[in-house]
Amino acid sequence: MNEQLDLTIGIESERYELFENPGYYFNFDRRDFIKAFGLGIVFIVPAARALAQQRGQGESGRGGSNERLPNDLGAWIHIDEDGGVTVFTGKVEVGQNTRTSLTQAVADELHVPIDSVHLVMGDTDLTPFDMGTFGSRSTPTMAPQLRKAAAAAREMLIAMAAEQLKVAPGDLRIVDARFLNHDKSKTLTLAEVAKGRKLVKVIPDDIAITQPKDWTIAGASARKVEAKNFVTGKHRYTSDIKREGMLYGKVVRPATFNATLVSVDTKAAEAMPGAKVVTDGNFIGVVAADQQTVTKAANAIAVDWKSPGQPSNAELFDLLRKTGTERRGGEGPRPQGSIVDVVNPPIGGGGSRPQGSIADGLVAADKKLEQTYTVQYIAHAPLEPRAAVAEWSGDQLTVWTGSQRPFGVRSELAEAFHISEDKVRVIVPDTGSGYGGKHTGECAVEAARLAKAAGKPVKLVWTREEEFTWAYFRPAGVIDIKSGVKNDGTLTAWEFHNYNSGAAGIQIKYDIPNTDIRVHQSNSPLRQGSYRGLAATANHFARESHIDELAHAVNIDPLEFRLKNIKDERLRDVLQAAAKSFGWGKAKPASGHGFGIACGFEKGGYIATCAEIAVEPPSDKEDKSNKRVRIVRVVEAFECGAVVNPLHLKNQIEGAITMAIGGALFESIQFENGKILNPHFASYRVPRFADSPAIEVVLVDRKDIPSAGAGETPIVGLAPAVANAIFNATGLRLRSLPLIPKGLTTG
Amino acid sequence: MAKVTSLNVNGKKMTVDVDSTVSLLAVLRNDLDLTGSKYGCGEGQCGACTVLLDGAATRSCITQVGRAAGKQITTIEGLEKDGKLHPLQDAFIKADAMQCAYCTSGMIMSASALLSKNPKPNREEIISGMNGNICRCGTYQRIVEAIQIASGTT
Ligand code: FES
Ligand code: FES
Repeated sequence: MNEQLDLTIGIESERYELFENPGYYFNFDRRDFIKAFGLGIVFIVPAARALAQQRGQGESGRGGSNERLPNDLGAWIHIDEDGGVTVFTGKVEVGQNTRTSLTQAVADELHVPIDSVHLVMGDTDLTPFDMGTFGSRSTPTMAPQLRKAAAAAREMLIAMAAEQLKVAPGDLRIVDARFLNHDKSKTLTLAEVAKGRKLVKVIPDDIAITQPKDWTIAGASARKVEAKNFVTGKHRYTSDIKREGMLYGKVVRPATFNATLVSVDTKAAEAMPGAKVVTDGNFIGVVAADQQTVTKAANAIAVDWKSPGQPSNAELFDLLRKTGTERRGGEGPRPQGSIVDVVNPPIGGGGSRPQGSIADGLVAADKKLEQTYTVQYIAHAPLEPRAAVAEWSGDQLTVWTGSQRPFGVRSELAEAFHISEDKVRVIVPDTGSGYGGKHTGECAVEAARLAKAAGKPVKLVWTREEEFTWAYFRPAGVIDIKSGVKNDGTLTAWEFHNYNSGAAGIQIKYDIPNTDIRVHQSNSPLRQGSYRGLAATANHFARESHIDELAHAVNIDPLEFRLKNIKDERLRDVLQAAAKSFGWGKAKPASGHGFGIACGFEKGGYIATCAEIAVEPPSDKEDKSNKRVRIVRVVEAFECGAVVNPLHLKNQIEGAITMAIGGALFESIQFENGKILNPHFASYRVPRFADSPAIEVVLVDRKDIPSAGAGETPIVGLAPAVANAIFNATGLRLRSLPLIPKGLTTG
Repeated sequence: MAKVTSLNVNGKKMTVDVDSTVSLLAVLRNDLDLTGSKYGCGEGQCGACTVLLDGAATRSCITQVGRAAGKQITTIEGLEKDGKLHPLQDAFIKADAMQCAYCTSGMIMSASALLSKNPKPNREEIISGMNGNICRCGTYQRIVEAIQIASGTT
């Protein structure tokens, strides 16, 4: 059963996020590469899909000498005449430190120092097609691909060096970018091998990559590469880019969502020196030479919008339940890669075939429990809002933008301007974070629209209010659970319905003979889409809260209860590791404090979280009747296979825990009649220094298991652990996220 | 409208030609191309735009440039001295106190103002001194550590 479930999960996460097929291929030939790179050696890596195809056709994939390049390329590596190594990949850096981990993988395999490797990322003219940086796929898919490339490159370079040195290839190895023979009497540098060459080599597929236990550079901590550029303020994010003659743009937004334009008067704005107004259907924008003028001009445009009546938070959960239509495992239609689908992907599949009979399971139970859990919409609120700089030269368009899908944004631009994709170049500078919130290209399209009308490059940076309003949200959801348990703690029935928030993390690792897990797709009143961990937070919150309730119903310690019902060794390991470091069961919480525990599994990562909270009197500014909840301490154990970079893995987990505090305690989008009511950091509270607990991360390193990504799953354990800790401290069971938007009412 | 024609930035006199009511952040970024100070909210809520005005941490997004004229303005670009990083910059690298690093310059500027007032802050003082700065990636624990490294209080 488990095998089948795992399969469903694998398909599901792709269904939800990774649905874009490459619509075009690179048509580079060898000469193009030589022209682009000049002297040195280029190693080309066919894409994983192309390799699979080649194998299917019975070819070996060895292509060192054939003239035709595979037309579906995964990455390429260039060794220049100075021995510098440049790697080209379509992945992007949005704060998850993919740049560092991929650099480590290449350096490790090539046996060169980290700082001799440079990554060119997310540039549709320079890097191969990539679906996007999301779904925790960079580490499990791109890292092995680059490793293969680097390993093959190493072997080919050794062969070339051996020829130059007139020794047998078997007598040479590379240490720190130098080729050495057995007694070090003959040496060559990487630069000396690359000098004067004009070579393009396709790497073979059957190359062995270094196993985690033999990693030297990967597997060890490395700090953020190019960190100096960031601490000195030199790095240029999209919003920092300046082009010759560039203007500043601004979009005049509708009064509400789904509003239609009735009339617009642009006279006052047009009269402002230097301002130019662009109207096109529902789109109204302005450009000017400076920010002040463009803001003034935008404010001077008088617009009349017609808005339909729209739902608010008050009706949200009823609406989601009422409009929910069921989707069973794998039945959902496969969405096409248009913008609408990216933003509102059909939730599709994700439930699983029912096992056993819920009715029988409930009959066998000593205690039955039925509860409902809810989660509100929350915002990604990346600190760098969406931004784009667009520049036309004739019918050629170049756009710099912070996006997790550079090639997807290229398609959106090509479609919007009716030009072919080869006329569009999208460049993604390392970006001020995304968390799943920067998949779409609306800001890029707007900037390009303004630039086209202005005949000059245009920079458009969304304001914080626009980012809070016109981006998309993590789905809200309602979850109903019906369950049964025997007095000895054996779980007998598990019926789980998720309305709207999605299927991620919905599968269970508890051994229950009778299960029925379903996903219902509802009409979301707000635009919704990907978010770090997707629905896994909601599903873990509901499940792990409910499990806690069941443990209490039969008077069994929550850790013991979980261990009793979980056979999966990897999950048991993280649970025990977290409990041990936390000291679970060793001491009672101090008065006013509480302990909580939760665990789970998603995207190849296993997680267990223990939290200690304290209930404290409100501060002077807060409502006297509501107490505060402070998260004092969090211990989280995480296992995602072989650890690539312990330092950055810890950093990611700490970050995920901190971000999770917001969604757990106070983050919630308030909306009414097509308007967001709290589109500012002053009214939408995000975690700050004072909210941040002592965090202890326990890494479980499994060198025998391929690495999975870690940017997402560590976010899912905090909310249920904290809810369970609040129950432990107060006896109050909170079943809605955020738990205490206005403090704790102990009534 | 009153104009501002010169500013003292990072020890240098710089010529500008802007209305006194424009935000200091816009002038630094757009007119002087000092883009290390970031826009995060434009409302004084996140600290990404923090610079020093005569040594005091200031939200440049809600400060009119007219109020900065005549004062010493220090931005992240002015911390490096003779090719040597400021101890806080070193400490942020050492503690790996960043992920996307969009908050980093504001964090370092706020921390430098904190340390000049209070060279050896304890943990609580660091937290209350830095609470106006948001790191959405959640690297607070590491930033505290970086400030402790730079102040020699680890
Ligand atoms: S941009 Fe100035 S405080 Fe946020
Ligand atoms: S590192 Fe991304 S906001 Fe702080």
